[in-house]
Amino acid sequence: MFAAAVMTVHKNLKILVVEPDQSKAKDIIDALVESGWSEVIVIATVTQLDRTLQQQNPDIILIDLANPDRDTLEHISVVSQAKERPVAMFVDRTDEAMTQAAIAAGLSAYVVNGLQMDRIKPVLETAIARFRLLSKMQSELDAAKLALSDRKTIDRAKGLLMRARGLSEDEAYKLMRKTAMDQGRKVIDVATSLVTAADLLQ
Amino acid sequence: MTKRHVECGYLPLVDSAPLIIAKELQFAAEEGLDLSLVRQPSWSALRDMLALGHLDFAHMLSPMPVAMSLGLGGMPAQIDALMVLSVNGTVIGVSADLNAKMQATGWRNTFDNPRKTATALFASRSKPLRVGVPFPFSMHRLLLDYWLTRDPGFQSDHVEIITVPPPQMAAAVQAGTLDIFCVGEPWGSVAVQQSEAVLILPGNAIWQFAPEKVLGARHDWVDENPDICRAMIRAVYKATTWLEQPQNAPLAIEILTRSQHLGLPDHAIDPALTGDMTLKLGDAPKQIERFVRFHGGAANFPWRSQASWIAQYLASLHNLDPKDADTVARRCFRSDLYRSAIAALGADLPGASEKVEGALAQPTAVASTRGEMILGPDTFFDGAVFDNHRLFPPKK
Repeated sequence: MFAAAVMTVHKNLKILVVEPDQSKAKDIIDALVESGWSEVIVIATVTQLDRTLQQQNPDIILIDLANPDRDTLEHISVVSQAKERPVAMFVDRTDEAMTQAAIAAGLSAYVVNGLQMDRIKPVLETAIARFRLLSKMQSELDAAKLALSDRKTIDRAKGLLMRARGLSEDEAYKLMRKTAMDQGRKVIDVATSLVTAADLLQ
Repeated sequence: MTKRHVECGYLPLVDSAPLIIAKELQFAAEEGLDLSLVRQPSWSALRDMLALGHLDFAHMLSPMPVAMSLGLGGMPAQIDALMVLSVNGTVIGVSADLNAKMQATGWRNTFDNPRKTATALFASRSKPLRVGVPFPFSMHRLLLDYWLTRDPGFQSDHVEIITVPPPQMAAAVQAGTLDIFCVGEPWGSVAVQQSEAVLILPGNAIWQFAPEKVLGARHDWVDENPDICRAMIRAVYKATTWLEQPQNAPLAIEILTRSQHLGLPDHAIDPALTGDMTLKLGDAPKQIERFVRFHGGAANFPWRSQASWIAQYLASLHNLDPKDADTVARRCFRSDLYRSAIAALGADLPGASEKVEGALAQPTAVASTRGEMILGPDTFFDGAVFDNHRLFPPKK
């Protein structure tokens, strides 16, 4: 739906992505390439950033808001002697809605060559959309992992109670649930205490 | 009464203790605040969240509000420092390799001699020293610069400053990326345990009363919500009063370990709060006086002269006009708001809102509302005295 003129503007932009997770990095590259930017470089950490900046001379750097390497990048943007030094895009907060959308999606972007907002905007729109999707997938994955490990702990606790007190599985669960309610705790917390105590007593 | 919900960002460091205690021991609730503490992955992230209104308050490195208000760094914004959360509490350490080279020059680690230590550092240097700090706008950076540039052997190509997030400091020393670092606890002690780093100076050997962390908030938001700010200042003030009492240290360590805000074991939190620092793996701990101060010596008072010192240092590092920088910074440190908040508690307040920094070699009684205030010591290692009329000399 973008006009061809916009596509030609894209061609010149070189985008650097800092992302340690390979599959996530690949996903972001795919999204950017699909939208018309072909020059996308990925590095895992910013330790070699100074050199990468000199060799690759990117226009925009994209990095996860939660990445602890951001402070290092921030330092380089403040003190770098290089001509092309990264400057946080948020310096230009003319588009408050875009800035807020980036933050909400967990994305921070640094602009290297003093590009105008209208040139950066389509890149950011694409990146924001992809970051949103990735963080949604990640939180669902985390929730699923947690649920699975909770279930394992609860199953172990149930087993302990069944053996120690000769209860059925259902009775064991009900006992844990009652204890949790009486003490204002969660079932998983009661189960964890039980498993920990049993491990200590072994 | 419904409590007002406020969100405060912090980084997992021992000196976030005043905020954790304010929440866990209900000092915030007593002041009508439902305080939620939001852990941040980096100083940059914390800064962005505060500037864009996703956080109401933040645990900040003392130069951050000044730097942001001066337009330095990635997210300029008018940020106020409502109070000082902690004074001192940082350590300087070197890699095992550099320690051995320094020992070979005849230097002995007494953990209290900045001059001899700097001389040994430069004498054992074969290439530029790679110096790790947690953030470009940090007291760590300013103290290291203040210390190293005053050594007669210093030249600007002798050091290279690198920013490394505190939890990664130990790994960077281990990997040989850093020769020397300045970091807040527990990460100095962690570096000793995990990478055989050796601690060579406490931060307070450079400046005995360096404001380390402050409570930051957006200037406009502070103007719109002065009562919430005063309530928060009082809650934290009560927390620091509690924290400063030595008999509360074991319980404080227990709360900090169990509260899950820090995610650190008790042996990591213990050294900073007790002042018993292990300088080298296998050595007996050494007791450091006034290692970190949360309350005593009017530690919480946001002195305008502290803002001036920071502003003029940043101005010299970043080529800004020192007078302009000074004007901006003094507006950031809200001694006015702090006074009106604390007066309600009937607590002792200093007569003036600025002082001559570095003038007190001994604890000294000063004019105050109740006449019970003792300040200092607050000297710089080189004996310099900073009164606001004498600006920093231009950098070499």
